[in-house]
Amino acid sequence: MNDTAPATVQLLDPTSEAVSTDRALTARKPSLEGLTVGLLDINKPRGDVFLDRLEDQLGHRGAAVLRFAKPTFTKPAPADLRHEIATQCDAVIEALAD
Amino acid sequence: MEVGSLEDEAEAMFDRGWTDGLPVVAPTEARVARMLDGTTRSADDVVALMPPALVECTVEKVAVNAVMAGCRPEYLPVVLAALEAICTDEFNMHGVLATTMGVGPVFVVNGPIAERIGMNAGINVLGHGNRANLTIGRAVQLVVRNVGGGRPGEIDRATHGSPAKLSFCFAEDEAYADRDGGSPWTTLAEDRGFARSTDVVTAFCGEAPRILVDQRSRTADSLVRSLADGLRAAVSSRVVTGMDGMLVLSPEHMSRFADADWDRARFMDELGAHLMVDTDAIVSGAGGIEEGLPEAMAGLTLPKFRPGGLLVVHAGGPAGLFSSIVGGWLNGPMGSEPTSREITP
Repeated sequence: MNDTAPATVQLLDPTSEAVSTDRALTARKPSLEGLTVGLLDINKPRGDVFLDRLEDQLGHRGAAVLRFAKPTFTKPAPADLRHEIATQCDAVIEALAD
Repeated sequence: MEVGSLEDEAEAMFDRGWTDGLPVVAPTEARVARMLDGTTRSADDVVALMPPALVECTVEKVAVNAVMAGCRPEYLPVVLAALEAICTDEFNMHGVLATTMGVGPVFVVNGPIAERIGMNAGINVLGHGNRANLTIGRAVQLVVRNVGGGRPGEIDRATHGSPAKLSFCFAEDEAYADRDGGSPWTTLAEDRGFARSTDVVTAFCGEAPRILVDQRSRTADSLVRSLADGLRAAVSSRVVTGMDGMLVLSPEHMSRFADADWDRARFMDELGAHLMVDTDAIVSGAGGIEEGLPEAMAGLTLPKFRPGGLLVVHAGGPAGLFSSIVGGWLNGPMGSEPTSREITP
C-alpha cells in the first residue's frame, strides 16, 4: 500500500470566473390600464407587422404605447436606447420577426 | 481547479463544459506559463471585452484557452491579434455568434510569421493536418465560449452551425507575390493597406467553404467568367450587395491570370464586370420565388458584392483546378465588417 496522499492535478480555469446574480422578476402588472408599454422593433423584416397589431390590441386595453427600434438586429441595443425605454415605460415588449 | 487522481482530467473538462466537443489539453500551471512565454504582453493585460457577456479577457485567460486548443506558445500573438480583430464594433462578434445563420470568424494570416510558425497555405489549406491553422482558430473560439460565454444552445442558437464555428484559420500563399522580378499581384493584407513585411490577421465573417470547379478554362477571360458565375450564388443568388464574400484562388487557377499578366486590380475589375446582376431576375416573385428584393427595385443592375466586399486570397495545393468560395453575412454597420489587425509580439 502506498500511504502518500493521492496526486491531484491543478488546472487553471479557462472561464471568466464571473458569477451571475439571480434577481427576482419584477412583479407582474395586474392590468394594462394606464400603463405605458414600449414596443421594441429589433429591425428584422416584418417586425413592424407584429408590433402594429400589438399596438392596436394594447390600445383597446387602455395602455399607452411608445415605439422604439434598434439600429440593427445584429447588435445589442445601445445603452441610450435601453435607458430611454427604462425611464419612459412601465413594460416593454421586444419583437423578433421574419 | 483540482482534479483528483482517480478522475480523468479530459472527462473532467468535458463535464465542466469547457470544450467545443473535442478533447482539450489540460491547462496546467506549467503549460500556461510556457504559453505566456509566447508573448511580451503581461498576463494581466486586458485583450478585449469578450462578447457575448462583455467581460474583460486577460492575456492569461487567452493563454489558458490556447493551451486547451493545442497551440504552441509562438502561436499566441496570432490568437491575441485575432481576438482583438473580432472584439470590435466593426466585426461585431456578438452578432456573428448569436445569428441563427451558420457563420463564424474566418482568419487569414499574412506576413513572415505564417511561415515562421508553420502555418499551412498549401495542400489541404482549408482542411486538416496543420497544427497552427487548426489550433489558432480553435483557441479563438474557445475564448469566446469559455470567457465570453458564447455556448451553442444558449446565446449561440445557429440553425445549422458550421465548421467555421470550430476553427477556420489559414495563411495566404504569398509565393506568387515573391516571384523573381516581383509580381503585380498584391496579398490580401497589402490590398488592405499593410506592408508585405507586416504580420497581419484578417477576420472575415463567413460560412463553410464551397468548392468551385472549373477544369476546362484555359484563358483568363473564360475563368473569370466562370468564377463570377459561381460567386453569384454565394449565400443566395437573390442577395446582392448586402453580404460579402471570400474567394480562395488555387495556384492553378491563379496561373491563368498570371500567364495573362493580369494584376489584382485587373482581375477585380474583370470579375466585377461579370458580377453585375439584373434585378428583374431576383425581385420577390420572379421565377415564382417569394424571396428576393422588393419589387420596386426591378429594372436595376446591381453588383453582387459592394465595393470592397469580395476578399480574394491565394492559397491551396499546387494541383487542382478548383477554387473555394466562402459566403459572408450581413455587411457594414448592419452586420460585420472584415477587420485586420497587425500581429505584434
